[in-house]
Amino acid sequence: MIDLVVFLISGAIVLGGALGVILATHPVRAALSLIASFFGVAVLFVIQEAHFLALVQVVVYAGAIVVLFLFVIMLLGVDSTEDLSIEPLAGQRGLAIGIGAVTLLLILGGLFLSGPGGDDGAVALTGQPSRTRALDLPIDADGRPGGDVDLLADDLFSRNLLAVQATALLLTIATVGAVVLVRNRGAEDLVVDEPGTASG
Amino acid sequence: MGDPYLADGVVFADVLLAIGKAVVAFVVLLVSVMLMVWFERKVVSRLQNRIGPNIAGPFGLFQTLADGIKLFFKEDIIPTRADRFVFQLAPYLALVPAFLTFAIVPIAGDFNGDNDGRVSMFGRETFIQVADLPVGILFFLAMSSLAVYGIMLAGWSSGSKYPLLGSVRASAQAISYEAALGLSLASVLLVSGTLSTNRIVDLQAADGFGGFIPNWNVIITGFVPFVIFLIAGTAELNRPPFDLVEAEQEIVGGFHTEYSSIRFALFFLAEFMNVVTLSAIMVTLFFGGPAGPDLGFLPGWLWGFVWFFTKLLFFLFTFVWFRATLPRLRYDQLMDLGWKVLIPLSLGWLLILAAIRLARNGQIDVVEGNEFANILLVIAVGIGIMLIAAILLSMAIRTARETRLKERGLVAVAVDGAEEG
Repeated sequence: MIDLVVFLISGAIVLGGALGVILATHPVRAALSLIASFFGVAVLFVIQEAHFLALVQVVVYAGAIVVLFLFVIMLLGVDSTEDLSIEPLAGQRGLAIGIGAVTLLLILGGLFLSGPGGDDGAVALTGQPSRTRALDLPIDADGRPGGDVDLLADDLFSRNLLAVQATALLLTIATVGAVVLVRNRGAEDLVVDEPGTASG
Repeated sequence: MGDPYLADGVVFADVLLAIGKAVVAFVVLLVSVMLMVWFERKVVSRLQNRIGPNIAGPFGLFQTLADGIKLFFKEDIIPTRADRFVFQLAPYLALVPAFLTFAIVPIAGDFNGDNDGRVSMFGRETFIQVADLPVGILFFLAMSSLAVYGIMLAGWSSGSKYPLLGSVRASAQAISYEAALGLSLASVLLVSGTLSTNRIVDLQAADGFGGFIPNWNVIITGFVPFVIFLIAGTAELNRPPFDLVEAEQEIVGGFHTEYSSIRFALFFLAEFMNVVTLSAIMVTLFFGGPAGPDLGFLPGWLWGFVWFFTKLLFFLFTFVWFRATLPRLRYDQLMDLGWKVLIPLSLGWLLILAAIRLARNGQIDVVEGNEFANILLVIAVGIGIMLIAAILLSMAIRTARETRLKERGLVAVAVDGAEEG
């Protein structure tokens, strides 16, 4: 019962936020709606007992990525003269609507085919039963039930260690790549703000 | 995991208890903030050879209250160029994370014997903290990453240039120091093996008077993570010497330049609330929170409260002391300190701690069977590697600087003076 109420409220926040992102006229307001949407998703994670995912959602998406968005919007300013009725890529909008509709159909189809009930749905979609339900959580050294943190850590750092390391490598490459791209722009564009250059 | 009063089904008394705890935490936090503002003004005055507030109430204790009431009745100005909605929203965005973080702090409780922080209240066993989340301390990180929104949006929505500069500084600073904050915190999580704040405190508790200090994480993690946490935390709070966000001499008041009346008061409140909350988190993580010996002559449950606030007061004083002593950093010094010193150091320290743990578990076994020798070896090798890495890093930074200057056609002579800059 309480789950349903929480689901309805947070679902409304998620959808409202998502609508706000695409309907808001100002990019900063769109970013704010995005945060609201992320929070709704985080609450949905919490009612599924996935506390860790919920917080990662807040820390990474709401706390870091949108901050970066806003940072860019504020620093670079927004080109409000841009005409939204012109499509930069021909046929972009039609394609986006089409793909969105197909994805929605696939998700709904998956849900209906798998039938109601958490475990059946999880099996149908992922091939494995849901593991984050409170009763299935492993017991830690002190005899208390561990959280989903333990589950995730076990999975990530034992069975999927290679994938984790590959991801880390990928991120490092991406960072280095970003630096190289910026550096090749030509140094004359940059403002001289080095300490000591003024006196030297 | 979790609070014992929620273990066996929720009855009506539990709901009342939960609401009661939230209200008490709220009131305790508000009162501490009020006293903190007074305390800061009083101590800074004394450190500057002044007297400070001494008119309203005994020792000027009610000065904050008087200021608050005054601010309520001031005219609330919204600049014409401001984005009204965001401008009005921002103070609340600053205030709410500051409140929420306090919910995970164990502010009292009986950690002696096997009690692990339980006390009996209205026939129910419970912890004295609003919520003991299974992901506890991550919640603190989440809230501290959200705290920047209030400042950022306030600066942007004012539609004025100094607030915007302040908010750009704030977001850059928060992003830079969050990494160091998280990494130093990871050291504590590594030695504790849990995220729950109650459990972290419980692991630092021990019986007897001499027994508890050696268990504090500040000693177990080797002091360095605590120093990094303190520095990064001060930067997250935008407190001096990291108050570039509202540097009066450069950008008027920074993000809150355009704010007046009650909205300004909310920012002010949020700032001090963050100081109290961060100190509380620091006490919890590194100094055993409310854990401490039961010295008798007071009921057992009260000692947790006494110890917690004694430790808290120490850190509150430290922050005031910082403010009165240290001059503000320059912007490039701030970034250098964060990215080139704190992050590499905290990362290296975390790796050494992990290696020491392996040696203690016997998974690094070079000197066979001798645990102590293995640990010493790991520490020696670890510090050696860190030194080499530090030298390599400083060489890389130096080379990068020289190349950059050369690219711009500037003489490399400037490099020598720049190091102390």
